[in-house]
Amino acid sequence: MQEIHIDNSNAVKEIYLDNAATTPMAPEVLAEMMDKMANVYGNASTLYGLGRQAHTVMENSRQVIANSINAASDEEIIFTSGGSEGDNTAITQTALARQSLGKHIITTAIEHEAVLKPLHALEEQGFDVTYLPVDEHGDISLDDFKAALRDDTILVTIMMGNNEVGSRMPIHEIGEILKDHQAWFHTDAVQTYGLLDIDVQRDHIDMLSTSAHKINGPKMIGFLYKREGINFPSLIKGGDQEEKRRAGTENVPAIAGFAKAAELLTPEAKAEKRARFHGFKEQVVKGLTDNGVDFEINGSLGDEGENLDHVLNIWIKGISTYVMQTNLDLAGIAVSGGSACTAGSIEPSHVLTAMFGEKSPRIAESIRLSFGQQTTSDEIATFVENVSAIVKRLAKNHSEVK
Amino acid sequence: MIYFDNSATTKAAPEVVDTYAKVSANYWGNPSSLHKFGEQAFNLLEQSRQQIADLIGAKLSEILFTSGGTEGDNWAIKGTAMAKREFGNHLITTEVEHPAVHNSMEQLKQDGFEVTYLPVDENGRVSAADLRAAIKPSTILVSTMAVNNEIGAVQPLDEIADVLRDFPRIHWHIDAVQGIGKGLADKIFNDRVDFVTFSGHKFHAPRGIGFMYKRQGRTIAPLMAGGGQERNLRSGTENLPAIAAMAKALRLLLDGEADKVKRQRDIRLAILHHVETFPNVTIFSKDLPVFAPHILCFAIAGVRGETIVHAFEEHDIYISTTSACSSKKHVESSTLQAMKVDDGIATSAVRISLDEHNTMAEATEFNRVFDELYTQFAKLN
Ligand SMILES: Cc1ncc(COP(=O)(O)O)c(C=O)c1O
Ligand SMILES: Cc1ncc(COP(=O)(O)O)c(C=O)c1O
Repeated sequence: MQEIHIDNSNAVKEIYLDNAATTPMAPEVLAEMMDKMANVYGNASTLYGLGRQAHTVMENSRQVIANSINAASDEEIIFTSGGSEGDNTAITQTALARQSLGKHIITTAIEHEAVLKPLHALEEQGFDVTYLPVDEHGDISLDDFKAALRDDTILVTIMMGNNEVGSRMPIHEIGEILKDHQAWFHTDAVQTYGLLDIDVQRDHIDMLSTSAHKINGPKMIGFLYKREGINFPSLIKGGDQEEKRRAGTENVPAIAGFAKAAELLTPEAKAEKRARFHGFKEQVVKGLTDNGVDFEINGSLGDEGENLDHVLNIWIKGISTYVMQTNLDLAGIAVSGGSACTAGSIEPSHVLTAMFGEKSPRIAESIRLSFGQQTTSDEIATFVENVSAIVKRLAKNHSEVK
Repeated sequence: MIYFDNSATTKAAPEVVDTYAKVSANYWGNPSSLHKFGEQAFNLLEQSRQQIADLIGAKLSEILFTSGGTEGDNWAIKGTAMAKREFGNHLITTEVEHPAVHNSMEQLKQDGFEVTYLPVDENGRVSAADLRAAIKPSTILVSTMAVNNEIGAVQPLDEIADVLRDFPRIHWHIDAVQGIGKGLADKIFNDRVDFVTFSGHKFHAPRGIGFMYKRQGRTIAPLMAGGGQERNLRSGTENLPAIAAMAKALRLLLDGEADKVKRQRDIRLAILHHVETFPNVTIFSKDLPVFAPHILCFAIAGVRGETIVHAFEEHDIYISTTSACSSKKHVESSTLQAMKVDDGIATSAVRISLDEHNTMAEATEFNRVFDELYTQFAKLN
């Protein structure tokens, strides 16, 4: 059998501006995981010491996570295999558990596929789903939301922040409206956890899903917050783990790694991150403007914190996404042509389509940058230089052909 | 320390942890991304998939990654039920399945499916005749485990395959979580099976990763919908470090499998033949070829399973009550119940489960401690 060759020299040494797709693990997180894999390998559900030790690590981690979103109790945290599982569970299981109360669900047109696909499946089963439209900034209107809300609405699932254009949804306002309504309120916080100060009590959030690999944590671990009193059957059935709300042997090393990643993101660290990332956005806009690049932001720049500070989606007029992305890749800069999570596809973005209509040139001529902990101002400068050079070069080729 | 609880979970091998760390540090891109980070991650993902496929004699496209055994079982069962509902609503399984299978079936029952649970004999095994008799025109799925996690019974997979050859449209799922690397590959990867599920942490890979073999051409509905990873069948950003580590663990596991299996069998029998000489001991996984080489379940009459587990722990020997999932609740083993073992004796059952690293010296030490404890227990009674 041929050994797969994996070594340290193979690391891609490039500028990585695709942190909304995934992030590298923080060294502290990896160290935590290595330690737990080597030393706390008992099954957390077993009776004896090794198992109890694993159980303790898991419960301490759960406490850290519960505190990070101001959950009332750590029992409200269910560990999952990631954002997709959290979204699928919250949506499908809520719908099935509550169909006697109504079959209406409200969401937005720009949710992640992990929300949209389960909703499509529910529509096939007779549920009625309202997709709130967005404006050219990627924002929904509260009036639309109020108008869509019905007595038989059982679930509202609206993301906290969008992964492609970075628009933020009015979560607090929606929570206020829903607090006296039967509908449960779920939010996909995969892109905002670790960036914003989330408070599920302040915002009256009933369910919230996250994914660790977006915040320099391990892959395929996440949590689903579920307010006390919100109950639905588990999506994955089996043993009694997670208080029967998610079966499967607990992934203690990854849970500990996730808690470590969350712990590193103190309110101060998040504030610093937002300020730094917003600065990068301004640097890009100023740099491209100064270099005479003809571009527009898909969404809006806004003030710090107004949109997701790590996501910037830009329309570079006249240059196709594919061409720009490959040219940047050749120059050693990784950006996204939309959302990486639409596995390898270069289908038109449903988010840009919702914002600008399917005929807009923006759909085929936009790229998404997303910043991470390792991103530096020098890297942003290199990005700006390269985009400007590519634009010039392509314009020149273009005129020569003419 | 003697760790005899490998059916609950195993310790990740140092080489495997090393792979996890290297991939985390160097190949952390999202395999779906269309840039070098993504391309490099994608290549490693597919290499790992190929390695696993080669190791079990499958095709590249037949390997799908999951978050573990439980997800795989839920998926094979509910995914089949959803995909094949229009052809029928009857499912067949056994009375001795892991809760991941059993509870998936129970859920489907509530959703209007009909489930037949095949009974087992005194060794925890179903019969091919019962299976044949249970099949109806509306049967869409048969789910049978390879190796029982509580007593180590190996189901008659060859005979089940024979029966199901006459019903080519029925999906056959095997939960092989306890069966990998135990000398059973020929039985598990037979030419009839459609879905086989595995969990990495049972063979020294990390937690939270597993895989499913899905025969080419068989259809299954996704349990996890979204970004369309895993050929649009299992969404969620791939756990590449764990996947590469699992490929490594599987290669290590299957390297010299025959010798490893023999060693585990010898250890199992050394303990079995020792403890069976004590009058209060009942052996559930007997010295018969229908039992897997690594699991031994027995009871000491009059002593609760938990008491036995804790007593061994005092000697730094780790065994378990019948399975980790039910360890915390005070329920008797469902497998023993299905075997019609008296409740009184079932509560006294414990399980020893071996891996390829256990030694005969450990068995000797276990037997020595057993003698000591047995005398103590006898005094209590
Ligand atoms: C036979 C069997 N099936 C399924 C599982 C579930 O695997 P996991 O806990 O890794 O999800 C286990 C182990 O717990 C098992 O022993
Ligand atoms: C907004 C959003 N929701 C859900 C997901 C899915 O998370 P995961 O791939 O970790 O399952 C992602 C990213 O992929 C995302 O950006």
